[in-house]
Amino acid sequence: MLGRTANGLFWMFRYLERAENTARLLEAGLRMALTRDLTTAREEWRSVISTLGQRRQYEAGYEDYEGPSAWNFVLRDKANPANVREMFGAVRSNARVARTSISSEMWEAVNESWMKLDSMLSRPVSQSAVGDVVTTIRRAGTQVHGALDGSMLRNEAYHFARAGTYVERAESTARILDMKYYLLLPSLNHVGSSLDSGQWDQVLRSVAGASAYTWLNAGEIDARGIVQFLVLDERFPRSLAFCRGALRDNLAALARIHGREGGSNELMRSADMQIADTSADDIFDMGLHEFLIDYISRNAAIGEAIGEDYRFLA
Amino acid sequence: MGDAQTNFDEMKHADGEIRPAYTDYCKWYDEQDPRWLKRKNSEADESFRRTGITFNVYGEDEAEERLIPFDMVPRVITAGEWRRLTRGIEQRVRALNAFLYDLYHRQEIIRAGRVPERLFRNNAAWLPNMVGFTPPGGIYTHISGIDLVRTGPNDFFVLEDNARTPSGVSYMLENRETMMAMFPDLFSRVAVESVSNYPRRLARSLAACAPPKCEGTPRIAVLTPGIYNSAYFEHAFLADQMGAELVEGSDLRVVNGRVQMRTTSGYTPVDVLYRRVDDDYLDPLTFEPDSVLGVPGIMDVYRSGGITIANAPGTGVSDDKAIYSFMPEIVEFYTGEKALLPNVETWRCADEDSLAYVLDNLEELVVKEVHGSGGYGMLIGPTATKKDIRTFRAKLEANPENYIAQPTLSLSTCPIFTAKGLAPRHVDLRPFVLASPKGIDITPGGLTRVALKKGSLVVNSSQGGGTKDTWVLKD
Repeated sequence: MLGRTANGLFWMFRYLERAENTARLLEAGLRMALTRDLTTAREEWRSVISTLGQRRQYEAGYEDYEGPSAWNFVLRDKANPANVREMFGAVRSNARVARTSISSEMWEAVNESWMKLDSMLSRPVSQSAVGDVVTTIRRAGTQVHGALDGSMLRNEAYHFARAGTYVERAESTARILDMKYYLLLPSLNHVGSSLDSGQWDQVLRSVAGASAYTWLNAGEIDARGIVQFLVLDERFPRSLAFCRGALRDNLAALARIHGREGGSNELMRSADMQIADTSADDIFDMGLHEFLIDYISRNAAIGEAIGEDYRFLA
Repeated sequence: MGDAQTNFDEMKHADGEIRPAYTDYCKWYDEQDPRWLKRKNSEADESFRRTGITFNVYGEDEAEERLIPFDMVPRVITAGEWRRLTRGIEQRVRALNAFLYDLYHRQEIIRAGRVPERLFRNNAAWLPNMVGFTPPGGIYTHISGIDLVRTGPNDFFVLEDNARTPSGVSYMLENRETMMAMFPDLFSRVAVESVSNYPRRLARSLAACAPPKCEGTPRIAVLTPGIYNSAYFEHAFLADQMGAELVEGSDLRVVNGRVQMRTTSGYTPVDVLYRRVDDDYLDPLTFEPDSVLGVPGIMDVYRSGGITIANAPGTGVSDDKAIYSFMPEIVEFYTGEKALLPNVETWRCADEDSLAYVLDNLEELVVKEVHGSGGYGMLIGPTATKKDIRTFRAKLEANPENYIAQPTLSLSTCPIFTAKGLAPRHVDLRPFVLASPKGIDITPGGLTRVALKKGSLVVNSSQGGGTKDTWVLKD
């Protein structure tokens, strides 16, 4: 297939994943803001905006962190070039670029979701509508992934789509964890002390892992449990270990299809060592923040190498 | 003109009796609940939006993508009518190819004094660097769209030849898909020729024109200006349906004397390029130096047998409306037969006598620019205001050779579905014609364009026209 088309597929799925992760983050923030007092709610919205890396743009336009301005900023504000409406527009225009490499079912899933979202986000989103919007974004992701799974040939197009998903998802989970890692610190000094469960409940919700975590840990939230789950648990589809494993498999499949390995496979091998045979204690010894920064930069390097190996741009 | 009662209506005789072509359809129609039909009608739009069959409109930010309105009443042509039409179309397309070959070679037709040399010398679509070069298989018009209008039971006329880059074929295909999804039972009651294999026929026809340097199965690619082009949907659709790559200029490069596309595993040669960009943008080294849509050096590769470009560069010269006016002579010159499909009577304003007649009769005539298309820059005398006519007269007098004039035809009508039931509207027809060394291939059907406004004769989608599914009945 064309390098440009592969690039379209890769980015179509990165943007789709980004939109979905943003929606989850908003959803968790909303829940938190509703259950806490006003000051905590403000703190919460600040944290959501920071996690998205949009603090500077937000503060240029708004004095305070309040629910409606925060979610409208994230969802549709033109002052925020990474708003969800734009993001979903990018999903669709990349799908158009890759139109000949995706199934009609997939195209229709993207196009229909885009039509719905674009109209929902054409006006400011009210308190009563925001839940609906967030659900629609999540469903769009589910639908497109379902169409990918059920209607696409397992050829390179499929693996580029998957690679885009996991590069983006890995980055998102790592960032969310990094934004909140300071919350883990007090507990490291008193091992065994329980954490602010509300905060961690929110983090877990924002990666769709709250009930899985509860099930695995009998509801006990502590630093080791969190790191074990979000970083190392290969069963949880948004953990760093899972994303890296899935990315590895898709890169291996691409190398098989093309009959050669490239820079991305090489980077993958050395990145694998970072997580393989690592325990939560090793990570605490190294420093969680340092570990995450290293993870994020390796992930980004792999993403770039994919583009070079398969001639996305030149 | 435009009065429904004096027009030939394709569904009904003047006394209301249904013509044979529509008997089965009308029987079905009468059995349907009108409220259900109304609901179906609004569903059609929704389905087009969902599948993304839209065209882009430039300069409109918010309504960037528009639908071409679809009417759910089919346009029906009998098997016998179609057979007659295809004979005429085939003859015309053969003549067009022979004419283009001749223009770029010995120019016998000019030497014989049958068409004047100035006709193509002044034509911007004429490409001197095609002179003496024979495209692979000798084919110029790989894909053409011949626009036909009807005025009576056996009276079809050619209104225009589109050999440059005829568009609209995706509507022929999607209109049928939509009709079959909406009214499956209808198709079990009326035997209609299928159009759905057009992309396969196109791929086969293009492959048969592979260049000398092609090795193995020809690789076909569709060249699009990109996702912001108004016909991008069609480009992607055709590439997808043919199993061809959809490329942009930036994907292509000349490597080792071949045009190659950048794939995920390096550069791979393209054998046949179905280009949907104009000649001017094809090769910045030869034509527009600023073009980013094309491929530097592609013309050299072309001339050395490394690629087939469809349609051949320089083909657009035959779309000229002044050349159109000579088509009866052209057909006769190359086929030795009288043209089976007549032209619409045409006055060339370059001729003094014709000009005088046209100026005297502007209120009755349709006047068109010779290089114009899309229904722009024309005057429709009978519906124009006095002021329009005055302004046009001045333009015509200043530059007569830029215009031709035709009588206002009494175009046939075909019913459309409206809130108040069926209502007749004017239609035209564009069948799509494929040419290769193996022969001429015409898919039974085409694009029927319909003027949605009562009495209007303008069917162009850019000016409020819609489309219909076109049925050719089986014998």
